[in-house]
Amino acid sequence: MAFVEKKVSADAPVAEKALAWIDSRFPLTTLWETQWGKYYAPKNFNFWYIFGSLAMLVLVIQIVTGIFLVMHYKPDANLAFASVETTIMRDVPWGWLVRYMHSTGASAFFIIVYLHMTRGLLYGSYRKPRELIWLFGVGIFLCLMGEAFFGYLLPWGQMSYWGAQVIVNLFGAIPFIGPELSLWIRGDYVVSDATLNRFFSFHVIAIPLVLLGLVAAHLIALHEVGSSNPDGIEVKEHLGADGHPLDSIPSHPYYTVHDIFGVSVFLLIFSVIVFFAPEMGGYFLEANNFIPADSLKTPPHIAPVWYFTPFYSILRATTSEFVNFLAAGVVLYVGLIFVKSKLASLWKALALVIGGLLIIGFYTLDAKFFGVVLMGVSVTILAGLPWLDHSPVKSIRYRPDWHKWVYVVFGVAFLVLGYLGVQPPNEARNLVAQVCTFIYFGFFLLMPWWSAMGTFKPVPTRVNFKAH
Amino acid sequence: MVDFLKKLIGVAVFLFAIIGLVKVLQNISGGEGVVLDHAPNRTNDLAAMQRGSKLFVNYCLGCHAASSMRYNRLRDLGIDEDTIKANLLFTSDKVGDLMTISMQPKDAKAWFGVVPPDLSVIARAKDSENGSGPDYLYTYLRGFYKDDTRPTGWNNLVFNNVGMPHALWELQGIQKPVYVDVKGEDGKLEHKLDHLEIATPGTMNKEQYDVAVADLVGYLEWMGEPTAHLRHQLGVWVLMFLGLLAFLTWRLNASYWKEVK
Repeated sequence: MAFVEKKVSADAPVAEKALAWIDSRFPLTTLWETQWGKYYAPKNFNFWYIFGSLAMLVLVIQIVTGIFLVMHYKPDANLAFASVETTIMRDVPWGWLVRYMHSTGASAFFIIVYLHMTRGLLYGSYRKPRELIWLFGVGIFLCLMGEAFFGYLLPWGQMSYWGAQVIVNLFGAIPFIGPELSLWIRGDYVVSDATLNRFFSFHVIAIPLVLLGLVAAHLIALHEVGSSNPDGIEVKEHLGADGHPLDSIPSHPYYTVHDIFGVSVFLLIFSVIVFFAPEMGGYFLEANNFIPADSLKTPPHIAPVWYFTPFYSILRATTSEFVNFLAAGVVLYVGLIFVKSKLASLWKALALVIGGLLIIGFYTLDAKFFGVVLMGVSVTILAGLPWLDHSPVKSIRYRPDWHKWVYVVFGVAFLVLGYLGVQPPNEARNLVAQVCTFIYFGFFLLMPWWSAMGTFKPVPTRVNFKAH
Repeated sequence: MVDFLKKLIGVAVFLFAIIGLVKVLQNISGGEGVVLDHAPNRTNDLAAMQRGSKLFVNYCLGCHAASSMRYNRLRDLGIDEDTIKANLLFTSDKVGDLMTISMQPKDAKAWFGVVPPDLSVIARAKDSENGSGPDYLYTYLRGFYKDDTRPTGWNNLVFNNVGMPHALWELQGIQKPVYVDVKGEDGKLEHKLDHLEIATPGTMNKEQYDVAVADLVGYLEWMGEPTAHLRHQLGVWVLMFLGLLAFLTWRLNASYWKEVK
């Protein structure tokens, strides 16, 4: 097809002419309209729907502050600590503000993403046809965890150093290749300058590239199928005369002004922390990290930053005695699949094989290895949600009331795991963590059954909306 | 409105339940820690921090560096450059220099068994659940006592078997421990350190020494983050601006959503 220049009248304003010139060569207007300007979103969004935009905002804050930090930071074991504490915090004008925004931004990112995921869980946002949005989201979450982990080494404080040491050592628990693998990751026998340089590279370029790609995919997929809403109804099933869903409104200007308000409130809270409590009582910036890394002095209590602690607790809960309970759990679960699931026999056979291998593994391999496996699975199991949830309705609003309690118990177990992860372990705490680990995995693994049980409420055909 | 109140009550109950749970979990641990004295607040007392800076360069900077701190930053405490040059510049000759020391880490290790830590951010590093970093330093610097079993002849209440000798002993004097015999849980008598008392007086009495240490700790806290004061001042303005912005955007949002039926 021959190239056609978009026509505008000769006396049109320059801006309009310029836009026409661009639109003939690049779909700028189309892009804006499909991604936001004329993107129709359900009008019944509530409080929970602000966190997507806020996550985007924090991503921008992290990138912009990160660019400025890299201008002054030195990824060198001898210089790193001083480049943060002397150069950035004292010598560079406003360096302290940029650094606090970045460190607070890291924690804020996790708070927002956890709330964003909670929304997805409550309203079934991951259900068909939004499985890919959810999977891209899980990918983003994994990238975020990588960013946080690699970035935490960079200030080169004691907690940076020993946190990295502990986590990299975990890979050593993998049978056969473990020790070589952790050596390969570190690039040295202990965490050292080589480790710092590669972590810097991952933190500032490798993972951000993947992260940005996934964010773009997340948004494109969302704007392709359309947003879900608190009622869990497909608004596209009721179109108006103009071809747009009756219960939807264009994102611009309605959700633009909505999000600007949300951003203002978020920045207010964010600033309270940045300006008045940047350490956040040792949870955002740990006291131990104000001591330069020392490979000869192990701190008495090494705890990861708060956002990793639920998963870290699961790792620690997996002791050699706990393996017995895990084995019992696996036997019961495989039994349940055989008796109670409608899966094809091929899948059932697969479950039997995996269950058998796990049990053999439990009693031949180190419990620490299964701790690592459980920690990994506790994050990646989120990807299975679209296929684990068999509820006939999407939103929690129309589920049986007792389902709400299932979510509450799961949420509390998650928070308790998080709390225990920052505390030094003891026997009683370990027991609580083990119970919570069972609740955590039970929630997901038993979901195909419990999510379909009970009396569901009738789902309305149109969304609930009260005019403001 | 009723719905909103119900939700509010629900959230409140949930929060209380969480707090209760945390308390229970904390009791499981039965946490015990060193009791720290509360350091007097010196953050708005420039004169006190100036006195503290003098104590710091005279008594600390011989063995401890503060390698993130430049001498001329002391201007923020109201000390002019000439005074810095004349009275405080011990380890260097340029006011823009960092507070480094000439003692070699290897020698320090041989003399004290450990390299004296850099003190630039020590007040921030010593934060713990027992108390703030300044609380720790305030208690620590007043907790030295004579202990002939130690190589330096000194021990400390909050840092058992510390490698550091009492640098301020001329000021405080020499404290001796007073032991009491208490019955332990198993019924056996335990020889326990009860408190310290001055055996040889120093140039200061107890009150004067406490004030001097508070000044020094105030200086260390300031040095840990010289921008903290600016941060707080600026923060107030930022919050006022954002509060106004939030109000305006709230009304802007409402005016658009009025028309959505």
